[in-house]
Amino acid sequence: MRLVTAIVKPFKLDDVKQALHELGVEGMTVSEVQGHGRQRGHTEVYRGAEYVVDFVPKVRIEVLVDDETAVQVVDAVTTAARTGQIGDGKIWTVPIDDVVRIRTGERGPDAL
Amino acid sequence: MKLVTAVIKPFKLDDVKSALETFGVHGLTVGEVSGYGRQKGHTEVYRGAEYQVDFVPKVRLDVVVADEDAADVVDVIVKAASTGQIGDGKVWATPVDELVRVRTGERGPDAL
Amino acid sequence: MIVDAGDTAWVLGAAALVLFMTPGLALFYGGMVRSKNVLAMMVQNLGAIAIVSVVWAIVAYSLAFGPDAGGGFIGTLRLAGLAHPNAQVPGYHLTVPPLAFAAFQMMFAVITAALLTGTGADRMRFGGFLVFAALWSIVVYAPIAHWVFSPEGWLFKRGVLDFAGGNVVEIDSGASALALAFVLGRRHGWPREVMAPHSLPLTVVGAGILWFGWFGFNAGSALASGHVAAQAFVSTQLAACTGLLGWILVERWRTGHATTLGAASGVVAGLVAITPACGYVNSMAALLIGFLGGVTGVLAVSAKFRFGYDDALDVVGVHGACGVVGTLLVGVLAMRGAGAHLLGEQALAVIVTIGWAFTLTYAVAWLVERSVGLRVPPQVEIEGLDTVVHAESAYDFGNVRATRMG
Repeated sequence: MRLVTAIVKPFKLDDVKQALHELGVEGMTVSEVQGHGRQRGHTEVYRGAEYVVDFVPKVRIEVLVDDETAVQVVDAVTTAARTGQIGDGKIWTVPIDDVVRIRTGERGPDAL
Repeated sequence: MKLVTAVIKPFKLDDVKSALETFGVHGLTVGEVSGYGRQKGHTEVYRGAEYQVDFVPKVRLDVVVADEDAADVVDVIVKAASTGQIGDGKVWATPVDELVRVRTGERGPDAL
Repeated sequence: MIVDAGDTAWVLGAAALVLFMTPGLALFYGGMVRSKNVLAMMVQNLGAIAIVSVVWAIVAYSLAFGPDAGGGFIGTLRLAGLAHPNAQVPGYHLTVPPLAFAAFQMMFAVITAALLTGTGADRMRFGGFLVFAALWSIVVYAPIAHWVFSPEGWLFKRGVLDFAGGNVVEIDSGASALALAFVLGRRHGWPREVMAPHSLPLTVVGAGILWFGWFGFNAGSALASGHVAAQAFVSTQLAACTGLLGWILVERWRTGHATTLGAASGVVAGLVAITPACGYVNSMAALLIGFLGGVTGVLAVSAKFRFGYDDALDVVGVHGACGVVGTLLVGVLAMRGAGAHLLGEQALAVIVTIGWAFTLTYAVAWLVERSVGLRVPPQVEIEGLDTVVHAESAYDFGNVRATRMG
């Protein structure tokens, strides 16, 4: 099993959700995060004092899938989240030892 | 070492925290996230326009533990967070290669 | 002319109440947009106060209330620059200083232009809007104010009744909003994406301020502190209340929920509907007009989805539709002169106001879009107007975010 994590532009969340739905992936966890990479932030000015805001709002998406689906998920998210502009984000996967569904106590692939 | 991550119902955070403390885990990181799974979201209506809000508020907690404790920690969280209802969430464990305590520079299991 | 102290005090106070409506509108609208555009919305409202007040003093007041240039169509420039401040306003028999009247009417011009920010929400350029608001006040607002409010205007002379701006403010802004929505085009992602209000508490406070200010707007339009002002005041309160009830009853029936935004919108819908009528109808008629305003509003705001124009915050549905209902109901419910003839004149006023406002607003907006630009580029719309256009963000929760430059 794998945990696929993606950091994407917030306005792309709907597209990613749709793409995953088409893959049959029905669950995910989303959080609002701030990213700092090649994409430049913006400048804010308050009564003449300038502040540079390096961190850009991003959405972090996490999906638990079995090993075979992981590659498809990465591809689907890549296609759905891409705009071709700097700041599109990153996707990575890590292996998972164990997963438990809290309600039922099911473990492993059954809990996905 | 393992990183145990749990996505749970927000009102269960206190129970999970107490259970982990009783078990002997004294540090954890918590974030407010949104989950999307079998639990249905809700509908909002603004001037007659209905929106389906799929994402449900969840709490994500991360705790790094020794290999031999990982299975027990997962069980402790599952037991404390369970309500038996849909939307109880998931717990998973991933292997951790390296761990450093920032203050002291201690590495590996000493940094736990 | 004789200046009455009580009347003057009331009209000046009412002018200040009407001014307060525009910051109220900034809150009302600011809460309804997404969190990345709330400052842009609010500063456009503040900007409207500034630009329209200046244009009003220099030229628009004279075009609206100066001596008629012929045919009741437009005023001359005799009062341009607020000249002749002590001479009676043409056609009026005021007991307040003409400058008090000019100030009171200035605030009307301000809020009418400010209402259009609701249609352009999330995508309108700040600079472009200021240019638009200046031109619009001259080309659209001033002529309609002359026709309906000035005793030398052609609709006034035909007997059209508009106590506090059902035509001049509400129908005018509603029809203009429709034209503006066409020129601006839809927001990126509308209507598929969720564009839910980011802070309804702001909207509720804004509605409260509008309600409070509307007493100046309506009762102040008596231009004297007497029986008529008292009737307008009471009508205003009653219509706001039945507007609220009408809106939430219908939405409870249609969607199963009485919503906060529905209650706040119903207040405004009721107030809009009573605006042309408040000094002309009795209290029980005001109850009915407000209720029908609320019911009209809740039904009219869905039209944009059916016809596909992105009137973001429903200026057409709330101000246009409820303004039409109120204006027509004057023909039916006025204490004096109600009947087929008056109803016909009211309908004529509705039609010509919509025609003029829609056509000329379309032309002005098109001109501004082609010259200085009225819509921001798509990237700016996605990132949000607050940070890109204004270099600010409305909400800073104090996390690690920014470092001081230099």
